Amino acid sequence: MNGRGLLIFIGRRLIAVVVLLLIVSFGVFSLLYLAPGSTEDALLGNRIASEQTRIDIRERYNLDEPFLTQYATWLKGVATLDFGTSIRTGEPVLSAIADRSQLTLAMGAYAFVVAFVMGIGLGILAAIRNRKGADRAVVSISVLGASAPPFVTGVFLLYVFAVELDWFPAFGQGEGLADSLWHLTLPALTLAFGGAALLIRFTRAGMLTALDQDYITFARARGVPERRVLLGYALRNAMIPVVTASTLLLAFMLTGAVLIEVTFALPGLGALLVDSVAFKDVPMVQGLTLLLGAVAILVNLITDVLYLLVDPRIRASQGVT
Amino acid sequence: MTQISPTVRAPRRRSRRARTPIVIILALAFIALITFLALFGEWVAPRGATTVNLEVGLITPTGDYPFGTDDLGRDVFSRTIIGARNALIGPLLIALGAFLIGNILGLAAGYRGGLLDATVMRWVDLMYAFPGLLVVIVLIGVLGSSYLLAVVALVVLSSPFDTRIVRGLTLEQRHLPYVEAARTLGLPVRRILFRHIFPNILPVTFANACLNFAVSLVALSALSFLGLGIGPGSADWGRMLAESRTLLFDNPAAALAPGALIVLTATSMNLIGDWLYDRLADRGRAR
Repeated sequence: MNGRGLLIFIGRRLIAVVVLLLIVSFGVFSLLYLAPGSTEDALLGNRIASEQTRIDIRERYNLDEPFLTQYATWLKGVATLDFGTSIRTGEPVLSAIADRSQLTLAMGAYAFVVAFVMGIGLGILAAIRNRKGADRAVVSISVLGASAPPFVTGVFLLYVFAVELDWFPAFGQGEGLADSLWHLTLPALTLAFGGAALLIRFTRAGMLTALDQDYITFARARGVPERRVLLGYALRNAMIPVVTASTLLLAFMLTGAVLIEVTFALPGLGALLVDSVAFKDVPMVQGLTLLLGAVAILVNLITDVLYLLVDPRIRASQGVT
Repeated sequence: MTQISPTVRAPRRRSRRARTPIVIILALAFIALITFLALFGEWVAPRGATTVNLEVGLITPTGDYPFGTDDLGRDVFSRTIIGARNALIGPLLIALGAFLIGNILGLAAGYRGGLLDATVMRWVDLMYAFPGLLVVIVLIGVLGSSYLLAVVALVVLSSPFDTRIVRGLTLEQRHLPYVEAARTLGLPVRRILFRHIFPNILPVTFANACLNFAVSLVALSALSFLGLGIGPGSADWGRMLAESRTLLFDNPAAALAPGALIVLTATSMNLIGDWLYDRLADRGRAR
């Protein structure tokens, strides 16, 4: 594939991303107005305020301006990475998000690697051993993983590995790299369990379809080594549904991270979202929602680029050759 | 004329239907049990769901209290039984709502095609990659906790999945002889959609509703777990898990029992849905 075609494709999609982000930001800004009570009340949160504070707030957030002007002012702030200050803690929204994101990113990356290795590995295994014992076992795991909400998995893992066996710490995030990884293992495994279940499903189905094709029979007849048949021929073709699954995987992991951080009392972005929502910390919720929206949109873009890399046919249909 | 020779019998379709697998029987039995508890839980449970007994305090399982008690001395066994009702009502409403919306939009989009189809499918695509539950968390958090709002939001979030399946099935059915015959007869579109196509795709969409039920059960219990669903103190599995999470060292059963029931109910519905889907998907098509 030549680089120019790909760049044009990405450029075109980036314009769509900007438009989508504008729509999302409008929705996020409207949150302030959706909140029950007056806008000052929403911005004051649960604090008690004097009349002067109310006037100051109306002044500071330009609440006497028309709605669209207020939106434009807010958007200008966002464009310069000024998301306002948190009502709950008084610190700038951006730095709070930056502080908390490390933990969530570390847990997410850890879980993603585990989910990918387990999901694709077990998916291939199940497809090869179709309808045999190993297949049934893997399919059972994936049904269970798809049905168990992350907070239930988390509580069970906590009970078995932290309370009964005492192998892992129950709460907290640990200090230093090794200790942090140690503390993050149970949360990451919890998150990976549901993700792996999803990937097993798609990989197994994709591999079964691919293994049924004539080119696999021909490859075997030509004497291509089995390993190459499986990984080079079948898996490559089975990857398209897996790439589709990865968008679902992201949606699952974003929600899962929120639930798991609450379950394991980890101070990450998800816990920040839940706390801010409970406190009606509107600026913080706005910042976090916009960030989540941006992440979801970007991952969709990445998925589409991955399609191009995996499947030459899609490349051709998009005019990227 | 009324006598028809018994020898000329239509060849009976060979019954290749495999025996119902044992897991499916177990799953069906479990759902039947939970449904029974949802209907008659109050009479079955030995104690009330909200009966506080500080004298008993927090105890681990005994003969009298099979799952022990929570920190307020409430009987976890009784609360779990009575919680079945809250666990089933919400998902039932959501699966039903998504089924209705999905069928109406899917049938119309698949049959009519054109701009309507394009618009509906764009919406479906958009919703697919959406971290939907997060949006519900934010919405409910800002608007205030409300069970009804949670149910409505989850109907909106799950209907795209139904819509996509119904549309695909409708596209397949559209050119089959019975639909064309109905069209030739000049039947109104609405009649063709709901009297002719709908019954033919119903088996598969019903299977899908079972899967939807499982997803909604998990989503609703997640909301209650975060304190955004049913009010505090109610006997709800997600809520109980959240409140007993900190008791894991004192009485693990208080957290594990409601957790296990969420997983078992969701797994059972998923298994039943998958099984129906596999069994019925071909039948819906082969006609």
